[in-house]
Amino acid sequence: MSLQFVVDGLLTGSMIGLGAIGVTLTYSILRFSNFAHGDFMAWGTYATLAVVSAIGATFGKVAPIAPLSFGWPLLVALVVGMAFTALLALLLDKVLFSRLRAQGQAIIVVMASFGASMALRSLLEFSFTSRPTYFSRAIQIAMPVGFGIRITPDQIALLLLTALLVLGVHLLMTRTQIGRSMQALSQNAALARIVGIDVAGVVRVTWILGAALACVAGVMIGILVQIRPFMGFDMLLPMFAAAILGGIGSIPGAVLGGLIIGIAEAGAVQLIGAEWRAAVSFIILMAVLFVRPIGLFGVRER
Amino acid sequence: MIDLIGYGAFFLTTALIFSLVTLGLNLQWGLTGLFNVGLAGFVAIGAYTSALLTTPDDAARLGGFGLPILVGWLGAMIVGGIAAALTGMATLRLRSDYLAITTFGVAVVVQLVALNAQKLTGGPFGIGFIPRPFGRLAETPLLFNLSNLAVVCVVTLIVYLALEHLSRSPWGRVLKALREDERAAISLGKSARFYRVQAFAVGGAIMALAGALQAHFTGFIAPDNYLPILTFQVWVMLIVGGSGSDVGAVVGSVLVWAIWAGSGTLTSILFSPEQQARAASLQIVAIGVMLCVILLVRPNGLFGERPRRMRFGKRAKATASESGS
Repeated sequence: MSLQFVVDGLLTGSMIGLGAIGVTLTYSILRFSNFAHGDFMAWGTYATLAVVSAIGATFGKVAPIAPLSFGWPLLVALVVGMAFTALLALLLDKVLFSRLRAQGQAIIVVMASFGASMALRSLLEFSFTSRPTYFSRAIQIAMPVGFGIRITPDQIALLLLTALLVLGVHLLMTRTQIGRSMQALSQNAALARIVGIDVAGVVRVTWILGAALACVAGVMIGILVQIRPFMGFDMLLPMFAAAILGGIGSIPGAVLGGLIIGIAEAGAVQLIGAEWRAAVSFIILMAVLFVRPIGLFGVRER
Repeated sequence: MIDLIGYGAFFLTTALIFSLVTLGLNLQWGLTGLFNVGLAGFVAIGAYTSALLTTPDDAARLGGFGLPILVGWLGAMIVGGIAAALTGMATLRLRSDYLAITTFGVAVVVQLVALNAQKLTGGPFGIGFIPRPFGRLAETPLLFNLSNLAVVCVVTLIVYLALEHLSRSPWGRVLKALREDERAAISLGKSARFYRVQAFAVGGAIMALAGALQAHFTGFIAPDNYLPILTFQVWVMLIVGGSGSDVGAVVGSVLVWAIWAGSGTLTSILFSPEQQARAASLQIVAIGVMLCVILLVRPNGLFGERPRRMRFGKRAKATASESGS
């Protein structure tokens, strides 16, 4: 088989990994699995698309940056989209999740996130219809880089962006006060509160970080594949599988888990066929749950 | 008038089949506290199993064994129960969220198999010619609808009575004890995991039976019948009715199905054909918001039991009470 699946897998894996960071943070700090996370992805992407169209309408046609398929409008729009997605997450937390958390039934919050996910996705379908759209219809020529691998400039840029973001989040989690507070809260909530950690602040940062990264992952899917209301929902199982494979609460784990699942999916597409792709994450998930439920970098729950 | 009775019978039949699924979910969630977001998968397993067992021989795919309908229903329950038991065994020693994620995955995989394993499931075109009970009456729709309704009524009643009996039996009391206070129940020598797997399997078998009934009632199944929206509808039915109550499960199902079918008719009258798909998604938004509002305002639904503690509820409370403020 050709080694092309490695590049394809790394790209899919980057999208899964960026999304899984949000899943793993919500799970370890807010203690529930957020089924609406995929829909943050889709909402962020549509928001970015809307801003790109708005810029296009105001400034006319903007030439893309040299070899890439997109220009500065997409970068500006991405930042706006990230902010929008973060606000959406905060709003949803305020009207729904925080109130249910206060009632103290963790699993009810999961159910609410399932309901919210359904409503958010259908709202997108209502506003934009289920027809797929694209950021750009330009076709990029893939460059051969040896070993039978081909890669487009967009793909290189997005892989670099992922690496930068992951490094940034890692530094934020390990080198800053808020990052350490987040870790403290996920490891021992009661103790964290006793030493005076601002819980509400940590919760806010968790949502902002997770939602903003979900938006980036969604835009990546939008650039490389297509934009659909179901784009995020379809990523949900791979993201959960990546977060659990990496170990709940571990950011390097979530990214590594995402890459493993991405490469496994790409390999399966080449060997078995694209139609079975979605089963890969389920098989990996079941294997992890049977063999090592705490995942690669997880810590045993206290 | 006769049309109206016919439609009424048709409506009630569908609603009661939904209420069977809701009863299964109530055993898993209401009685035992197990979260199943992949129930569409178990319904699909039942429908396909029964269809495979009872349809006439078909050269394009496996089987079509032409067995009696009752054998198909029994087979559906067995296969559905085994699938649920396996899911339970994989996840029930872990945190409750893992079960949610795994069941979600089960639904995704069942959907994939239904779509792609053409030799087994007929692929996207599904399976037709599923024998219908009282198929001979199909020429007189009223009689046919009423006899279907009678069959579904009897099955629902049997399942309802069995579940009521089970929940009062020592077995049901253990489940409730586990739900209310796991540690206390374990200290009395009850194996939490063993009982939970049993409850999950029985619930899965009931869901599969409902899927089989539906398949034999419509005579045709396709992967599209078992999308996540089905899971979602059933959850809303249970929450509206009040989880923990079997009466609530049935009433909630009929009520929510009435709202769903009613708003569906309304959108088809109000919107032009090309806007129908969009209006349908708005319908889902409305039901999604309804679910969230009920969870916030009246978490016990119409007939629910008193508030109770869930697995891991205490720890979640400790984490969240401040973050919510």
